[in-house]
Amino acid sequence: MSECLALLNVHKRFGSLRVLEDVCFTVAAGERRGIIGPNGAGKSTLFNIISGELKLTSGTVQLLGRDVSRMPAHSRARMGLSRTFQTTTLFPKLTVIENLMLALQAGSADRFQCILPRSRYRDRHDQALELLGRVGLETRADLVVDALGYGEKRQVEILMAIAQRPKLLLLDEPTAGLPQSDASLVTEMLKRDKSGMTMVLIEHDMSVVFDVVERLTVLHYGRVIADGTLEEIRADANVQEIYLGGKL
Amino acid sequence: MIARASWKWVAVAAIGLVIGLVLPRAGVPTFYISLFTQTWIYAIVAMSLDLLVGFTGLVSFAQSAFFGAGAYGVAIAATRFAHTDFLTGIIIGLLAGAFVAAIFGLVALRAEGVGFIIITIALNQIMWGLAYQWVSMSGGDNGITGFIRPKVGPFDVSSNAGFYYVCLVFLIVILALLVAITRSPFGLVLRGVRETPRRMRALGYNVWLYRYLAMLIAGAVAGVAGVLFAWYNQFVGPGDLDLTLSTQLLIIVILGGIGSLYGQILGAGIVVFLSNGLSALTQRWELILGAIYFIIVMYAPDGLMGVGNRIARRMQGQRTAPPLIEDQV
Repeated sequence: MSECLALLNVHKRFGSLRVLEDVCFTVAAGERRGIIGPNGAGKSTLFNIISGELKLTSGTVQLLGRDVSRMPAHSRARMGLSRTFQTTTLFPKLTVIENLMLALQAGSADRFQCILPRSRYRDRHDQALELLGRVGLETRADLVVDALGYGEKRQVEILMAIAQRPKLLLLDEPTAGLPQSDASLVTEMLKRDKSGMTMVLIEHDMSVVFDVVERLTVLHYGRVIADGTLEEIRADANVQEIYLGGKL
Repeated sequence: MIARASWKWVAVAAIGLVIGLVLPRAGVPTFYISLFTQTWIYAIVAMSLDLLVGFTGLVSFAQSAFFGAGAYGVAIAATRFAHTDFLTGIIIGLLAGAFVAAIFGLVALRAEGVGFIIITIALNQIMWGLAYQWVSMSGGDNGITGFIRPKVGPFDVSSNAGFYYVCLVFLIVILALLVAITRSPFGLVLRGVRETPRRMRALGYNVWLYRYLAMLIAGAVAGVAGVLFAWYNQFVGPGDLDLTLSTQLLIIVILGGIGSLYGQILGAGIVVFLSNGLSALTQRWELILGAIYFIIVMYAPDGLMGVGNRIARRMQGQRTAPPLIEDQV
């Protein structure tokens, strides 16, 4: 199996604060990987480095076999990397359908088309509605995103990421702050996806982690302390002590 | 309901157009025709600024620099190089405005938010300094005179009424163009950039590029308005590209309603007529003008278009009131 994502000796410092130290791991194409670790372990920083929002201090990030360490975020996105943010990051004053249209037209040349109206692009509109229909949000299409509930916003954000048919999807705590019922909606949505895309997901909720992912990488103070299948991580005494606190 | 609302817009636009067309023929004194002409020109440049402020989220204090570049460009071309043709003038305006915007964009778009604002102020001052101090080229404080309004093809539009129609046509064409841009996929991208640049980058949009393109379009449109203004006054001077004008243009955009485009016509009209009307009445007119701006911003923060929409909604009563979100949950 080929590698979708590879991190080689990645370091990140903010001044004298070492947030990531010598992080190495690879994610195979089609894999569903979880990243866990206590607060402040550097998980979100790691995502920001993979997606290109932050520059790494040293090391290499490879996406689909290409060194992307110095590539800007938007170019990495165009290579097939989509992500969600820890706090939902949408276009609050645009409608739900407009949010999705922006995701859908990102890869098309007519994003530069500035004379013909958007209503010309009927197919894209229908495609966006179809996506909303998958999670029962089609009746919300013309509301501004601000008017949605928190769980619905999360769903829209994940839909936007999926709409781009990414090769690699980064999910930063997709169920954080959601009530149990909404969290399971999101989990179902991820499990149901059969497109074979690679997923990397940061999550604190262990039930979600064990439900969705196949392998885990454990971060602690910016270092990878364990990397393996769910069983291996469960059995790892080190992880038990540092993170899971014997809960499992 | 959407169809009916857009019919209403068509009706309002048609009435506006008819009024605009008959004004010079309805016995309105030349002085007022001249003020209306100025209103159309200010509205064009204010709409170009609205594309940046309202649709792209770039608050720029440099719009008068693009405007002035067009004005000086056409004046210099006419007086030094004998290029007095109408079409040549308009093309010079487009290019001069876009050229200055291309340079300003490279410098100012390295920053965001307040940083961007400060840099545009500095850049506008540089343009003003050039116009004021490069006396051999710009005439310094005396500006440039000695050029006239050119013929449009076979038509002589040198009269006030004739030139009024030229500016009205430009207003309509540019309004249509900008409305088309804001309704296009590209326009949606600009609004996305305004709302959440971070999300746009994550979706694969080169945020810098779209901001830069918006500046180029806004610069070119402002440049054309500058050319019209130069012909209107048959004079250009440093006042055509100073910070005061840039600020005044932002006031027009705020009065008209940020992101309303049409509203800029109203905003421009108020600023032009109030500043001319009040200055005829009292020497303290700027104080009164300031108070009026203050009151409008206090009580109508979404601009005059916002007030108009609210009144329209109230007159129609509950029937077409926006659905309450709570009702649908």
